[in-house]
Amino acid sequence: MKRAKLAGSILMVLWLLIAPVPTVSSNPGPAEGEQAPGREMAQQATKGAKRWITADHSKHEALKQEFASGPEVTKACLSCHSEAAAQIHKTIHWTWVDPASPKDKPMGKGALTVNNYCVSIHGNEPRCTSCHVGYGWKDKSFDFSDASKVDCLVCHEQTGTYKKHPAGAGNPAKEPVVFPGDGQKYLPPEWNKVAQSVGRPTRDNCGACHFYGGGGDMVKHGDLDSSMHKPNKALDVHMGVDGKNFDCSRCHTTTAHQVAGRIYSTPAATERKTLAQDDLTPRITCESCHTATPHKPGVKANDHTDKVACQTCHIPEFARALPTKMRWDWSTAGQKKDGKPYKEKGPLGTPVYDTQKGNFTWEKNVKPQYFWYSGRIDAVSLKDTIDPTKPVALNWPVGRPEDPNARIAPFKVHTGKQPYDTVNKTMLVPHLFGPPDSDAYWAKYDWKLAFESGMKKAGLPFSGQFDFVETSYVFPTTHMVAPKDKSVSCNECHAKDNSRMAGIKGVYLPGRDGNKVIEFLGWTAVLASLAGVLLHAFGRAVSGRRKED
Amino acid sequence: MNANDTCKTVNIYLYTRYERFWHWLQSALIAVLLVTGFEANGLYTLFGFKTAVDVHNFVGLAWLIAFAFFVFWVFTTGEWRQYIPTTKKMLLVIRYYMFGIFRGEPHPVPKRKDAKHNPVQRLVYLSLAAFLLPLQMLTGFLYWSYNSWNAWGLGWLSLAVVAAVHLAGGFAILSFLVVHIYMITTGHSLTAHTRAMICGWEEVEERDAVEEWEIKSRAKNPA
Repeated sequence: MKRAKLAGSILMVLWLLIAPVPTVSSNPGPAEGEQAPGREMAQQATKGAKRWITADHSKHEALKQEFASGPEVTKACLSCHSEAAAQIHKTIHWTWVDPASPKDKPMGKGALTVNNYCVSIHGNEPRCTSCHVGYGWKDKSFDFSDASKVDCLVCHEQTGTYKKHPAGAGNPAKEPVVFPGDGQKYLPPEWNKVAQSVGRPTRDNCGACHFYGGGGDMVKHGDLDSSMHKPNKALDVHMGVDGKNFDCSRCHTTTAHQVAGRIYSTPAATERKTLAQDDLTPRITCESCHTATPHKPGVKANDHTDKVACQTCHIPEFARALPTKMRWDWSTAGQKKDGKPYKEKGPLGTPVYDTQKGNFTWEKNVKPQYFWYSGRIDAVSLKDTIDPTKPVALNWPVGRPEDPNARIAPFKVHTGKQPYDTVNKTMLVPHLFGPPDSDAYWAKYDWKLAFESGMKKAGLPFSGQFDFVETSYVFPTTHMVAPKDKSVSCNECHAKDNSRMAGIKGVYLPGRDGNKVIEFLGWTAVLASLAGVLLHAFGRAVSGRRKED
Repeated sequence: MNANDTCKTVNIYLYTRYERFWHWLQSALIAVLLVTGFEANGLYTLFGFKTAVDVHNFVGLAWLIAFAFFVFWVFTTGEWRQYIPTTKKMLLVIRYYMFGIFRGEPHPVPKRKDAKHNPVQRLVYLSLAAFLLPLQMLTGFLYWSYNSWNAWGLGWLSLAVVAAVHLAGGFAILSFLVVHIYMITTGHSLTAHTRAMICGWEEVEERDAVEEWEIKSRAKNPA
């Protein structure tokens, strides 16, 4: 009878202990065929995306005339699309200035921002503006109000043959020419063919500039490079040709030529709305399609979305297909071999030294750095004084833990060593690109001449004294979203050592943060108890033996 | 069994089936909670953070629910009287464990059906059942429900503080456990107490009936 009771209670205890286990382990992984609500929402929102159009541009008389230049094509476009140029003129693609920045300190490539790549556009326009959506921005005299100077083709042509010359101030080559910078031959466009091919911008249109930012492939973003022309699903679940095969504009929704996305200090979105709440909301945030609780009910990750950006877990590493430039040291530029400039390649097949530019460091499969981020990135301007005793952050993510709009988000941090004015304590603009007889650095390899020329062209003072200072420049990591089974696991952040969140303050992170005092007192109490009972046991053993004797 | 041959022993039924079941269930739950809880705090890596947290949350909630049954049991059976603290004979009990036990003296307050806890046990178990364990459940529940704090008007709470109190409670329970596991070897034989908690019956020294002070409360409040 007693034994039966005993067995009964033990069985019951065991059952209660074992029963929870399958429930727990089945919790995280969704069962086969069952979708997380956020995935289902997003898939419904993007279903049946057959694009249709009521016009065949190859049949339009306006596009059959003989064209000899880009502006002639643009005028033909504007003969129907009468408002297009006026719309473009208001966008950052045209102005290269953040419209929200202060008038006395305009920020943007076309104004006072400074990066640690080729530093600044001033004096270097013909090279930099090969990525301008216009024709002929070769210097300050460019007429930003000229409608015919808008380049419609670079975004809309669909033949893939239209190429702007890399040093043509936004113009394609007038006759076949080889660009020494990349050794490629640039042909003049077949104007009628490209003009008649126009359609909605594809990845290749956007990628023509955005995959090659910083003057070449793999240089700038880390999450945007030539591998994104035709990525597979493993590289990007949204853009993968074997996945959803999205064009950029699928998320960068566009109204009147205004493309959704962050512009310097202006966040891409200030409201977190889903398509279910507002069917015309830009799809620029993950939440637009996936909602704020995208995972299955009860999954802990749903509780993270108030503090952690989706990208933080879902982009474990950037530059997963091609390496990306992580450091650029200008201070070593100018060294020559046998009196001649030279280039040297490193283990990743990418240049690690270039007489024109100095030393580079490249990395592949890079773990991002993490910062609180409200969608806004502030930056040092060419007019700001800097503190050269410390590394200078040329831009930085804005966000505080207390801000309900801020999330912990991933970034590529590109470091560099670049020139500053030791007297005025400002960053310096080198005139880099120019003909052999100019003061450009790449012509005479004389820094002082290059700064004098660059700063003059920027309309800024230069004391004549310069040195190089450590700098950093951040890029938000948001493309290259990995398949869900590759997302960052809990213990990569919730860990005492090597936590991805090691530098994140303002939040108590279980597993990373403990309480040193309580841990010390706690272990002391446990060890004291242990010592006490061992002593007592020893006493009993000794006294017991004595009695037996 | 190795009963003390200087006095007679008698086998008494001390723990009912539910009581034993509750004891072992709770000890298993607490063991799992300690192991997974300390891991979630980052003291070591065993199952991995995610598994540790998932198990800890599930077992913690299970404990909370099971504890409600214990509270029901302890009040409906009148067993709560076993936890009423007293200072009477407390010094004798302390003296026994400090000296008497080494000399083979008899226990000053042996277990009886109506008084299974000696004065020190009463105090310790009352502190556990009425204070430490509920505190642990409360802080654990708060920790678990962190994302609802704002909605519940608890936005002023600090997770770091809740986590620290919860961790301190965990250490207190672990310290208790060390002493408790040792104390169960101090019965008539090394295993007498354990046996009692498994099958309910314990050999105790034959002695007069329960002294009046031990059941005073019952006399005043007949069940």
